[in-house]
Amino acid sequence: MILLQLLVSFFTVGFFSYGGGYAMIPLIEREIVQRQQWLSAREFLDILAIAEITPGPIAINSATFVGYRMAGVLGAVMATLGVVLPSLLVIGILSFLYIKYQGAPWLKAAFAAIRPMVVVLILMAAINIGTRTIYDTYSAVVAATALILMLKTRVNPILLLVLSGVVGVVLF
Amino acid sequence: MDMRGSPSAASLFASFFRVGAFTFGGGVAMLPVIEREIVEHKQWLSTEEFVDVLAIAQSGPGAIAINTAILTGHKLLGLRGVAAATAGVVAPSFLIILVIAALLPQAGQSPILNGFFMGVRPAVVALIAAAAIKLGRKILVDQFSILLAGITLAISLLLNPHPAVLVPAAALIGLGRFFYLRKREQDSPS
Repeated sequence: MILLQLLVSFFTVGFFSYGGGYAMIPLIEREIVQRQQWLSAREFLDILAIAEITPGPIAINSATFVGYRMAGVLGAVMATLGVVLPSLLVIGILSFLYIKYQGAPWLKAAFAAIRPMVVVLILMAAINIGTRTIYDTYSAVVAATALILMLKTRVNPILLLVLSGVVGVVLF
Repeated sequence: MDMRGSPSAASLFASFFRVGAFTFGGGVAMLPVIEREIVEHKQWLSTEEFVDVLAIAQSGPGAIAINTAILTGHKLLGLRGVAAATAGVVAPSFLIILVIAALLPQAGQSPILNGFFMGVRPAVVALIAAAAIKLGRKILVDQFSILLAGITLAISLLLNPHPAVLVPAAALIGLGRFFYLRKREQDSPS
């Protein structure tokens, strides 16, 4: 039964993908291309390209795409549901615990230590993505302009993204 | 218990739909959009609560955008909030990919789309950096947090460890400090 297989396969992908984004690619590749052979390596690369240029997490994009290819709209629903379910279960439990013990002094102390670390993690993401993305004068100018606008004005980030995209269409 | 009003399920769905529609590149790329929407604009979460949510979101499996939606929805509106926020953040990708898979087998080769995303990517980097700076201004306010941030930065640059390791490690440091300080307080007669 292909619908159940899609659910189970993408549940596996969702369950073992920590950190999201690019960390998921090897998992999806192993499950979908190597094990289930639902896609060829070339098709998988096409999906990655599409996932790159469309919004949303790569896991969702590939689940929807593969599910649709295998079993139409219902397949897309099952695969997407499969990849989201592990998050709903695990994060749901963590969220209950967080809200239950929110006022406890020991939990406050733990988060006082976690918060500075999260700030650094975000900075590291900017550095990691930046070293891959900012490689010429044009991209450096766009990045610097966007950074100044974000820090000094109350410009809407969505507007900023759309504008920089339009600049990209004009220039490339 | 707090002064900020609870959102309706519909407005949660709409906010996370916007977040999902403008999450390019995955992972933390949606942070600036979500921070702007949830913390600055709607004021549903404080900066501290938002950073807590991010920490938990990176401690479990799955995409950060989805985990953030689950946590925010749960905190604001219980299970109904989870359903609304999660559906909202997933819907844009789901619908767009469905259309692409059905209509455009060659979408990856569109020069207009490629140009658009060539332009977007450097801006995404700037948005993430701006989010780190903005949050840092509010979070890194005492010696302990600055020291911890410095150590984390050094370790990250040298070893690039996984967030799933760093978050529990920081939690242990925080707990250790808490019990140490409490014990010292109890031991010293005042």
